[in-house]
Amino acid sequence: MSDNNPTQAPLLDIQDLQVNFHTRRGLVRAVRNLNLSINEGETLALVGESGCGKSVTAHAITRLVPMPPGDIASGSILFRGDNLLDLSEREMRTLRGSKISMIFQEPMTSLNPVFTIGTQIAEVFRTHTNMGKKEAFEKAVELLDLVKIPAPAKRAQSYPHQLSGGMRQRAMIAMALASPEPGLMIADEPTTALDVTIQAQILQLLSELKERVGMSILLITHDMGVVAETADRVAVMYAGRKVEDAPVEELFANPQHPYAAGLLGCQPSSPQNKGAHRLESIDGSVPDLLSIGEECPFSNRCPNASDRCRAGFPEKSEAGPNHAYWCHHPISNSGVAS
Amino acid sequence: MNETKTATTDEIPAEPGFWRESWYQLTRNRAAMVGLVIIALFAILAIFAPLLAPADPVVQSISERMTPPLSPGYLLGTDDLGRDMLSRIIYGGRISLVIGVVSVGISLVLGGILGLAAGYFGGWTDRIIMRIIDIMLAFPYILLTIVIVAMLGPSLFNAMVAIGISQMPRYARVIRASVISEREQDYVLAERSLGTSDLELMFRTILPNALAPTIVQATLGVGEAILSSAGLSFLGLGAQPPTPEWGLMIASSKQFITTAWWIVTLPGIAILLTVLGFNLLGDGLRDILDPRMRD
Repeated sequence: MSDNNPTQAPLLDIQDLQVNFHTRRGLVRAVRNLNLSINEGETLALVGESGCGKSVTAHAITRLVPMPPGDIASGSILFRGDNLLDLSEREMRTLRGSKISMIFQEPMTSLNPVFTIGTQIAEVFRTHTNMGKKEAFEKAVELLDLVKIPAPAKRAQSYPHQLSGGMRQRAMIAMALASPEPGLMIADEPTTALDVTIQAQILQLLSELKERVGMSILLITHDMGVVAETADRVAVMYAGRKVEDAPVEELFANPQHPYAAGLLGCQPSSPQNKGAHRLESIDGSVPDLLSIGEECPFSNRCPNASDRCRAGFPEKSEAGPNHAYWCHHPISNSGVAS
Repeated sequence: MNETKTATTDEIPAEPGFWRESWYQLTRNRAAMVGLVIIALFAILAIFAPLLAPADPVVQSISERMTPPLSPGYLLGTDDLGRDMLSRIIYGGRISLVIGVVSVGISLVLGGILGLAAGYFGGWTDRIIMRIIDIMLAFPYILLTIVIVAMLGPSLFNAMVAIGISQMPRYARVIRASVISEREQDYVLAERSLGTSDLELMFRTILPNALAPTIVQATLGVGEAILSSAGLSFLGLGAQPPTPEWGLMIASSKQFITTAWWIVTLPGIAILLTVLGFNLLGDGLRDILDPRMRD
């Protein structure tokens, strides 16, 4: 499927999403005016530093934001045309794990320690279909085979603590696929806890499965290497705001927002770091979400920041088809500012 | 990580699961094994009582009353009504073990549901349930039991219900505590994200993980329930004569303590041994099931 097909309605369309957390210190605006869409068969990478609202967005889609203290203040999340925020808890539950599923960062703790992985995967089938125990277990073994776990029939009898990290993440992916018609898989930093060689295998597996099952993936990560390998399109988030949205090649070749460029600059493998002795880094740190008003949240770290930036968050600008950014002082087309 | 190693071979070593590993640890814990053997012994005696007991426990033989132990035909002697002590103690084990298991079962079910609900839902549910539990804990345990029996009427079954209810608060607390710590685990969120409902999360996902500390509490509780029922029977609120219940046997023969010591002492020893057995096993299980005590 193409990266961006405007004639087709997106699978997931988030409009003007606001997620707040009411804390003792005040209101934390974790996600602000977020617009995000994922097309059928597309892999969208949501990129940003820790605490920028990536995971909150994912939890908002599955309505797993703990409330209180969380609060989805406004906006809509359309999944195949239905607003997820209007569904009852019961309707939402039938969607979770069948059409929208999640895999988590920590495969070590995300599986139930007292059941075999086969039982756990079978249980998901049984939650969403009226499958018998035996049939569900056979399906589970098939899925373990699909995620390339060797000797799946035997492995289905294993407990989570008997598996390595990579194996567990595969089992988690199998669990997320345990549905008659997977639609969207949200992968929340699926490879962060794994070592590098296993990371590559898991990403490869996710891409293969996407083609095979015909699902879309929302990939949450802070690793630009992972993005380059897996994603079709990238949305960069900073302190609760989306600052740039572009197809992956376009973003790597022609980043507009200084933060996006900075993220690329932090990668050992990025072009501007070829032969460099030191890696670039972004000066300063993420501002306290409590203290951000209407200004551009990156203004205190941005080399190009001006009074305009401190006065208000910029409007959307376009640097080409499907390439949008929110910055008063974008990096010019000539490439990365030096 | 030896992923590639295991990935290429079909041979998967039979790694022990949690419970099998725990069993292995248990066999290496001498005190717990002693406890287990004592319990097993009394359990066998209780199950096969009709085959093993030399005489009927309630048939009296006044001419042979207060025969001392090791007399011909009466290994442990006879009581004040000439009933065979050995048979009475064997049959008494039946009653005591049933009391122990049933009353702990009652407390586990009640305390389990309350503790699970309190721990899982938190907030007002938690506050209301735990305040009720606090009030129950404020009563002296034996007093609460006596009050409940007094309301229900003295009988063996009512004694079990009373013991079950008055022991319930401690199970509720133990289960609530472990549910709270399990509730926040990643796998609970992961299963919620796969569409699992609250009830399933409570009973299928969290409960099995929160059970280990409860098993320890329950094992110790069986011993205590046996002791309490003996106490209730001693006070005339539990088993009624001529039931061969250990506590009742002590109560009805206490005036013979100077003339025929065995009638009072032997049931006492039986109680002591059973309760000791459960306590040894419970202590052993606590060591084994506590993850901090593992490697």
